[in-house]
Amino acid sequence: MRRREFFGSLAVLALQDDRLRMPAAAGGSRTPVGEGDNDAVIRSLELTLKCTCGCNLDIFTCRTTDFTCSYSPQLHAEILAHREQGLTPEEITKVFVEKYGEQILMAPDPVGFNLAGYLVPGLAVLVAGSILAVVLARKQRTLPTTIESPIPENLATPTGEDLTRLEEELSEVAD
Amino acid sequence: MTLLGQFALWLGLLAGVWGVGVGLSGKWKGNPELAASVTRAAYGQMIALVVAALALWKGLITHDFNIEYVAAYTSRNLPTSYVVTAFWAGQKGSLLFWALVLSMFGAVAQVVTSRRHARLLPYVAAITTGVTAFFILTMLFSANPFERLAFTPADGRGLNPQLQNPGMVIHPPMLYLGYISITIPFAFAIAALLSKKLDTGWIHAIRKWTILSWLFLSVGITLGMWWAYVELGWGGYWAWDPVENASLLPWLTMTAFLHSVMIQEKRGMLKRWNVSLIVVTFLLSIFGTFITRSGVIASVHSFTQSNVGYFFVGFLLAIGAASFSLLYLRWPALEAESRLESMASREAAFLFNNLILVGIAFSVLWGTLFPIISEAVRGVKITVGPPFFNRVNVPLGLFLLFLTGVGPLIAWRKTSPANLRRQFVFPTVVAVLVALGLAVAGMRNGWAMMSISLAGFVLGTVLQEFQRGIGARMRMYDEVLPLALIRLVNRNRRRYGGYLVHVGILVYFVAFAGMAFKTSREATLSPGETASLASPYGHTYTFTHLGVSQYNAFNRVVSAATLEVARDGTKIGVIKSEKRQHVDSFGEKTFEPSTEVGIMSDLREDIYVVYAGSIGGTERANFAITINPLVWWVWAGGAILVFGGLLAMWPGGRPVGRLGRREAQAGFETTLSGVPEPAVATPVGSGVEEA
Repeated sequence: MRRREFFGSLAVLALQDDRLRMPAAAGGSRTPVGEGDNDAVIRSLELTLKCTCGCNLDIFTCRTTDFTCSYSPQLHAEILAHREQGLTPEEITKVFVEKYGEQILMAPDPVGFNLAGYLVPGLAVLVAGSILAVVLARKQRTLPTTIESPIPENLATPTGEDLTRLEEELSEVAD
Repeated sequence: MTLLGQFALWLGLLAGVWGVGVGLSGKWKGNPELAASVTRAAYGQMIALVVAALALWKGLITHDFNIEYVAAYTSRNLPTSYVVTAFWAGQKGSLLFWALVLSMFGAVAQVVTSRRHARLLPYVAAITTGVTAFFILTMLFSANPFERLAFTPADGRGLNPQLQNPGMVIHPPMLYLGYISITIPFAFAIAALLSKKLDTGWIHAIRKWTILSWLFLSVGITLGMWWAYVELGWGGYWAWDPVENASLLPWLTMTAFLHSVMIQEKRGMLKRWNVSLIVVTFLLSIFGTFITRSGVIASVHSFTQSNVGYFFVGFLLAIGAASFSLLYLRWPALEAESRLESMASREAAFLFNNLILVGIAFSVLWGTLFPIISEAVRGVKITVGPPFFNRVNVPLGLFLLFLTGVGPLIAWRKTSPANLRRQFVFPTVVAVLVALGLAVAGMRNGWAMMSISLAGFVLGTVLQEFQRGIGARMRMYDEVLPLALIRLVNRNRRRYGGYLVHVGILVYFVAFAGMAFKTSREATLSPGETASLASPYGHTYTFTHLGVSQYNAFNRVVSAATLEVARDGTKIGVIKSEKRQHVDSFGEKTFEPSTEVGIMSDLREDIYVVYAGSIGGTERANFAITINPLVWWVWAGGAILVFGGLLAMWPGGRPVGRLGRREAQAGFETTLSGVPEPAVATPVGSGVEEA
């Protein structure tokens, strides 16, 4: 190969090189996306399991947010491994609860004491609403059918003083 | 300057002690000088805190890294706007910010409140200076922003990259303004209880404060959602995080109050309930602060764990006990002046609206605290995340949306069945048509369909109210449509501003429904390669990786990945997402690389791209691509809601002057705009009657 061709090839290679000038500035090196990363079943499962990094997010959201968490990719890999072994999402959830405790679930199972967690708000609104309806209905029944006018006869025609006071009150309302 | 700052804090504390001691003792009664001294204490406290704030700002701007707070939250190469706003970026500075703003609100309340409420003002000053004093006390003994280091570092640590966003410049102060301004209505409520002036006077005095607080909270929450969406990179705007929940709680109870107070104004009912709501709202604002600052519940938004939580718990318990004891003592004096006449009345609708709003607040509080309750009862740690909150709150939220449409359709006192039928026809038809349209378009998600249909119902209600009002004015005064609309709204800004707020809320609900159709995928792309993703509207988007460029910016190294986007084969633009490595003035890394999301937004859907990182240090990169339907509607809903709120609280809006006032008095014949008109009863919807 002639010298000119050699340097020409080098220049082409250099131009084609897609290496980043400052790789560390682009975050940690990633692994290519695999099939499991876009699997709808795995995604649904990960939305129900909490990341253990302390972010309060589920595994899917955490691992696809900012991509700085080191916990959620591991948990994701663990789920993929279980899935490859043929475990169903329910079985994987069970394995995770046994390993990490109940707090791995993004929401507790509605059984036992946890059921109270789900039912109390709705029941509270229902009970308060029922009480409100009963009290209001009872108060309605006790209303007199005819109401005497509370305005004395001599106040029916406003005096100058009354009008001044009324104007003051109205200006207050308009404030 | 730190000495001056410390001294100012102590002076502010002393002013607070004077304000509380004299103001609450009531010894100022019959002694105008003493009464004035309480007001002066409020002004003095404000001046002291302005001095303290200026001292901290000077430390920040001059990079005085010997101050621990300055070193912890700024650096020499931090852009000046973020240096200034670092004032509220950390625990200590935000406590000072809180105290400063509260002292300002307290002073403003003394100035702008009508002299008719002069008897309440010393009590109000006592409460505001007292609450401010609590914050100063917390700073002095637990989180002092003027604390000095034993050495002076060459540069500061800098501001967390996620806080270096325009949203974070304005979102926290807005939320703080909301939380803080709640203290003023609370102070008036307590003043009314203490002074036994329990007529509607205190309600009139706080009307604008309550709307203002509510507006600040609304803006703060919406900006928080925007910041979370554009900055955090998780593709959503609400995660039911404890700190998010804490901001929602006072908003819900304040919304309830804004409705129930109308019943007290109109009918003299619900006095006890209204005082309770204001007290609870204030306590929830303090509770929110406690959650954010104590570290008792894990949250991504929390400040560093510290012992300020003990101060807040003590304050919360003391204020709660004192307020409810006082309410109990005044209970007999808060008897309703009238009774509910019919279940088919606006009063009843508002009562049920209050029930649902408070019910949602309770369920959010319950869910937030349930992990602690569960651990205490069972000894087992659990997580209560979005699936729980969605399951519990979505049905309640939809019922609330329904009531939002029902309230304006029912008359005060009593509504006849015939009137009910007439009022409900149009909104119901709109709701049914929307539901049918969605079904025909192929929507199959029940909750989303219900949400959008109910939004249609509310829109129908609002349109009907406007149409009737405009129609009445056009018939009576021969006005053209735009003039009739302007005058209708102008004559009763509170009512029609309220309707616009309802429109804002329904737009929110439509946006929330859109998130049910979110789609996403991850892809690894080399330059020139493409990935595709189908949108819920049936479009296919293709994304072509154009490459990654790297460059140095002011305080960071930027790696920018660019994707070309095509919809159904037609190029529609490019999206750029970045990784940012922040550095200090010596070029040293300060934080882990952060991500800047790339967003392409339109009315129907957002394309949301996150550059996850590169493979082996090359331009071959991983991307997370999400299509979020109707996100634009969230921001539109927020804007409409704020516009409606501003309209409702804007001064004026009623006929002014002697002639105008006489117009409002029954039996007086008046003329409008110099044109003789018959003296008639004001027609429903003409804009003169009250909401």
